Amino acid sequence: MDFSLTDEQRMLADTLDRLIADRVAPEQRRAMLEAPADEPLALWQTFAELGLLHMPFAEEVGGLGGEGTDLMLIMQALGRGLVPAPYLAGLVLPGDLLARLGDAGQQARWLTPLLEGEHQLALAWQENDARYDAHGITTAARQDGDGWRLDGNKQLVLNAASAAALLVTARLDDGRLGLFVVPADAPGLSRRDYRTIDDQSASDLTLDAVSLSDASCLGLDVAQALDATLALGRAALCAEAVGAMEVACEQTLDYLKERQQFGTSLSAFQSLQHRMVDMHLHLEQARSMAILAATSLTLPDAERDYRLAAAKAYCGEAARFVAEQAIQLHGGMGMSEECYVSHYAKHLVMFDHYLGDVDHHLDHVSDHLVDAA
Amino acid sequence: MNLTYSAEEQAFRQDVRDFLATSLPDDIRERVRLGRRLSADDHVRWQNILSERGWLAANWPEAHGGPGWGPVQRHIFDEECAAAHAPTVVPFGVNMVAPVIMKFGSEAQQRHYLPRILANRDWWCQGYSEPGAGSDLASLKTRAVRDGDHYVVTGQKTWTTLGQHANMMFCLVRTDPDARKQAGISFLLIDMASPGITIRPIITLDGAHEVNEVFLDEVRVPVANRIGEEGQGWTCAKFLLTHERTGIAGLGHAKQALRHLKSLATRVPHRGRPLLELASFRQRVVKAELELMALEVTNLRVIAAAQDGSVPGAESSLLKVRGSELRQELSELTRRALGPAALPFFPDFLHGDGELDDPTLAESAAGAAQYFNRRKLSIYGGANEIQKSIVAKTILGM
Ligand SMILES: Cc1cc2nc3c(=O)[nH]c(=O)nc-3n(C[C@H](O)[C@H](O)[C@H](O)COP(=O)(O)OP(=O)(O)OC[C@H]3O[C@@H](n4cnc5c(N)ncnc54)[C@H](O)[C@@H]3O)c2cc1C
Repeated sequence: MDFSLTDEQRMLADTLDRLIADRVAPEQRRAMLEAPADEPLALWQTFAELGLLHMPFAEEVGGLGGEGTDLMLIMQALGRGLVPAPYLAGLVLPGDLLARLGDAGQQARWLTPLLEGEHQLALAWQENDARYDAHGITTAARQDGDGWRLDGNKQLVLNAASAAALLVTARLDDGRLGLFVVPADAPGLSRRDYRTIDDQSASDLTLDAVSLSDASCLGLDVAQALDATLALGRAALCAEAVGAMEVACEQTLDYLKERQQFGTSLSAFQSLQHRMVDMHLHLEQARSMAILAATSLTLPDAERDYRLAAAKAYCGEAARFVAEQAIQLHGGMGMSEECYVSHYAKHLVMFDHYLGDVDHHLDHVSDHLVDAA
Repeated sequence: MNLTYSAEEQAFRQDVRDFLATSLPDDIRERVRLGRRLSADDHVRWQNILSERGWLAANWPEAHGGPGWGPVQRHIFDEECAAAHAPTVVPFGVNMVAPVIMKFGSEAQQRHYLPRILANRDWWCQGYSEPGAGSDLASLKTRAVRDGDHYVVTGQKTWTTLGQHANMMFCLVRTDPDARKQAGISFLLIDMASPGITIRPIITLDGAHEVNEVFLDEVRVPVANRIGEEGQGWTCAKFLLTHERTGIAGLGHAKQALRHLKSLATRVPHRGRPLLELASFRQRVVKAELELMALEVTNLRVIAAAQDGSVPGAESSLLKVRGSELRQELSELTRRALGPAALPFFPDFLHGDGELDDPTLAESAAGAAQYFNRRKLSIYGGANEIQKSIVAKTILGM
């Protein structure tokens, strides 16, 4: 066992922390959120220069061969800064599927420019009727001459408005799950764009007789690859939540020390000290789960998914506890948009709604509780 | 002991239900049902309807124009209003300043203000909290200096709920800077149109404009607008806070929220079955159900004990703590039940007149925003930590 980071990893984390402190302060973040979706994000260019866009991909596909731990460090830093850049949704998730499933031509067309920062992508896997179940979807793909025709709806597609193309999961006639690259301007594809309550850019998609060439098909039996990619996404989200929890805890602690009531600082009250300790405990336990998640990605599928479900469920509850207490201990301030901690709190609560929530993942753990022992 | 409703009480419930069915305007009902913010006009429209029926001032004695209800009737009324998606009566006039005016105000003040409150002619806001005085309210700094038959008031109030609609504010000010903390405070009624008042919105984390900062710069307030004696403000404030806390258990709302949650969790799927059948989720709904059953009886016990006209004591702190926790838990479970559908955020729809063409989106639009908004329940009206300290001290003698 080894919990230490390599020198390179420590450097990566430091560089990112500095960059984010410098470039994603609250006012800068607000401006980034207000910029139109088609305006290139200056920060993305910097990410490209730092090699961050290559980091999480294998060398065979032109990446730097980073491991789960590297991704964890990046996501944790992004979480600390509440950075509104679609690193996971626009790069890691679609890129990982392209790396797993794409042929040379598809990778040259979609993956290489993604790593070079020339375009972003999005992954459309979620349908409200299937809730968090990536396999229970009804969007249909039918063979149509030499190509394919897609019909259906997708919800909560993060980064769709900035994506050059969308990777869309669809059910085939034989019941298997296919994956298709749908260019953003494909006829028959329409989007309803919105922001989530925690400021992510998202869209609902309608696919109405979207006609695709055979070269757009990334695979006709992608369930296993999709699970692997979503597992990676869950590990990344846990790390991001840990970063955000760290800051929420730090800001709350600072506030308790600074805020004076009854002639003393709030940090003098024992009930608040204990609460702060509970927040810290939740953070440290969540951190352990995020590490477990990041280092479980290469395990056999079933073992990986068991641990990832456990980590995501655990972090979901911990993130909510930290968020709620951060608001509560800030008093009225915690309720105001102007107080930065409220933005962390929102993201930490809504974290649970991405890639499966506590109930979804507890159910998975519960199903496999006995075989895991 | 008997916990069943009498025939008269059941008939009363039916009366209330009939009234709500016929008198609550559909547009208002729909906005409340969908969790959309009401305009000032919506509130006034509804409160005028209540006033006409004689039901606006549920807590007032008959002598002042109240309906003369006992605690059980008030409880039934609240429950039916929440079930019918009626707006909550804006409490600052009817439920907060009015009891203070009745108890401590002069006859002239009562004659002037109480009928105006009943007729919805004044919109009151509460000027207690200051940037430096929240839980430690008695440390407030807003100064009122006597100048002939006026006070000159300078300072800042904050978190003033719906102050943007208010024409009147009841305000705690320091009239004697040398007296012991609580002793130097007086209770003033301030016209919001007075020169020297500036009001600035505070946007809350759910994107709403519900609270404000109020700046007072040498605002002249007639001495005649003081309630009670100079230096008696803290007594008025404490009296009012207990009133504020009684309604705060929010049982009617909790019941409605639980009904909504059960219906939602029966409709949304989890792996092909209703979410409500999922053990981990169901357990929490079951716990909320039990907590609510207990709280309803506790609530009735507390108000029954205070039937002689006195206000509930420290017991109201218990109701506040448990009631706010329960409502927060229900808003959490509702957000969770919505699942991915809780994420999309349409502030123009929730807080303004923006429309949503997709009814599915409209139904789930308020879920997460309400969850975040409900965090206030454990903060305002005396934060829960403070309530627990009150219980420890006054009930348990610790
Ligand atoms: C949505 C909203 C609406 C409001 N509306 C109004 C209004 O209309 N008019 C008005 O006057 N005010 C209003 N308030 C203000 C409200 O009453 C205060 O927020 C509340 O009293 C807490 O004060 P504070 O925000 O300064 O928090 P603080 O007093 O700074 O407290 C911060 C945290 O520390 C805890 N704490 C403080 N002291 C102790 C202690 N001794 N022991 C243990 N824990 C402690 C608190 O419980 C809280 O969790 C509103 C607040 C909100 C959020």
